[in-house]
Amino acid sequence: MLELQNINRSFGDRHVLKDVSFTVEGGRMTGFVGGNGAGKTTTMRVILGVLAPDTGTVTLDGSPVTSADRTAFGYMPEERGLYPKMKVGEQIAYLGRLHGMPAAVATSRADELLDRLGLGERLGDTVESLSLGNQQRAQIAAALVHDPDVLVLDEPFSGLDPIAVETVLTVLKDFAAKGAPVLFSSHQLDIVERLCDDLVVIADGAIRARGSREQLRAEHTLPRYEIQLDGDAGWLRTEAGVTVLEFDGGYALFDVDDAQTAQRVLSRAIATSSVEKFAPRVPSLAQIFREVIR
Amino acid sequence: MTRYQTPSFLPATRLVAEREIRMKLRSRSFLISTGILMLLVLGSVIVAGFTGANPSLTKVAAVGTAVAVAEESGVLDVTEVGTADEAKALVEDETADAAIVPDSASETGFTVIGLDAAPGDVISALSITPAVELLDPASTDAFLAYIVSIGFGLVFFMAAITFGQTIAQSVVEEKQTRVVEILMTAVPVRVLLAGKIAGNSLLAFGQILAIAIVAGVGMLATGQDLLLADIGPSIIWFVVFFAFGFIMLAALFSATASLVSRQEDLASAISPVTTLVMAPYILIILFNTNDLIVGIMSYVPFSAPVGMPMRVFLGTAEWWEPWLSLGVLLAFTAAIVAVGARVYENGLLRMGAKVKLLDALKRS
Repeated sequence: MLELQNINRSFGDRHVLKDVSFTVEGGRMTGFVGGNGAGKTTTMRVILGVLAPDTGTVTLDGSPVTSADRTAFGYMPEERGLYPKMKVGEQIAYLGRLHGMPAAVATSRADELLDRLGLGERLGDTVESLSLGNQQRAQIAAALVHDPDVLVLDEPFSGLDPIAVETVLTVLKDFAAKGAPVLFSSHQLDIVERLCDDLVVIADGAIRARGSREQLRAEHTLPRYEIQLDGDAGWLRTEAGVTVLEFDGGYALFDVDDAQTAQRVLSRAIATSSVEKFAPRVPSLAQIFREVIR
Repeated sequence: MTRYQTPSFLPATRLVAEREIRMKLRSRSFLISTGILMLLVLGSVIVAGFTGANPSLTKVAAVGTAVAVAEESGVLDVTEVGTADEAKALVEDETADAAIVPDSASETGFTVIGLDAAPGDVISALSITPAVELLDPASTDAFLAYIVSIGFGLVFFMAAITFGQTIAQSVVEEKQTRVVEILMTAVPVRVLLAGKIAGNSLLAFGQILAIAIVAGVGMLATGQDLLLADIGPSIIWFVVFFAFGFIMLAALFSATASLVSRQEDLASAISPVTTLVMAPYILIILFNTNDLIVGIMSYVPFSAPVGMPMRVFLGTAEWWEPWLSLGVLLAFTAAIVAVGARVYENGLLRMGAKVKLLDALKRS
């Protein structure tokens, strides 16, 4: 488990990270979302030790992360970087060897990983000859080649087409399933919603929300329901404990004061006409996001 | 999950150095320019061999008793003709450089006929010269000294610039493409720097060594053993000085390059270092006969790789002087590498505008 405790960091008089604390559990994908300039990349750099925090600690399984630990981290920086003139396969194998893998293991691991990421045919091509999307895949291979203990990915999906997103998703999920903590940031909230187990929301350098996806959703789900009836739903307006927000003939969107009121409404609806739809209104991640960063 | 043991300093440095060398050897422009340099060196050695081994004799036309006298001198290529007029004709159509004809009116009994100027070498060949004693003889002739100084200066300059720029570009390439962020999570920054310096120094050293060998073998093959014996020790000193001198330059180049984030800013950032590299080349060409300046150059670390071998060649250096100068160079190199490593570590992650040198030195 990777844990950040009260991380603060300033650049000059700009306080970029304010008491940032959260955990990344092993075997779970943790999504890290926030607007531009919210502090995601700075936080990731602090985790990787590329940037030192002014105060606060980063711990792995309870003990402070050392530079030796960090060599077993996998990192995909926000601004992609590989040697443009080096061959893809050779380059990923080189990074593996820098992490201490024997040459033969590094090569076979690089080939296998690139193959899974759909670059099997391009091993001998230079990085600069690849399309941006393919360079991105190579970048993911660079973060994964040494079987890291912890994986930190800054915007791993930006610039990928939907099929590539699926490929990368599968590879990352397989990786997380082996038990390592995975932290990734993304602007694409729909992907985060599908992929992450846990969620950390940062805005203006401070953590606004954190927890499992279900938990956050439950916290931000209002007691709000939708109903679609065959007949008129006008009787809802007079029902005790119900506040109707939208109304259109048989359709209504309404808040209730508690769960029993909702059940009562449903019983009455079934008794009066046929019910086509009755469901709690679950907020999307985008809605939650907008709400917490407000 | 396997946790790989991160390689320790030396193996990791070797990996980085290996990559630097492999990428450079794959560069076609590098291979071609090295080939051209080798051919140039070999070519000049061979040309020097031919002109040195077969000095062309001065051609003279001689008549009658003059023939024996002319041949006796041993430095004239004599053509015997029947009459003075025939001899004059040969001089006029420039088949012969001069004519020697018997002349009873002359005190020596001969007249030397030239075309448009008195043929000095013919006259001196026929003259009796007094014994000459030089109190402070120049050990090597000035022209050869000039050629050798250009040789050392040029080779040092070219190799230092070529590999200095390679190392600087490679530092900025890593910064610009941000691959450095990934590398830094794998190995300590010092490994990156050491690997770069080692890789490029080896390449530069290899190139210099190859040039020295080509020059040496070329001289032997063209029968210039004497010249080789003359110049050999200074070439060896040159190679030794270059090896350490380049490590110092490599540290300077990489440290200054780490201050910028884009290739576009590189040239201006490294121009002070480039000037330092250019200085010995220009100084040695201008002042190769000035003992004081070459003497100073032979101890200043930046110019010692050119200055000291030059003095060894000229024979103006005592036996211990190259060793002393080498000691100075080594101490200076160690200091530069230490400072360079600090600047490099601090400069590496600062993206964007050029980092001020003082800032890079200050923060650790």
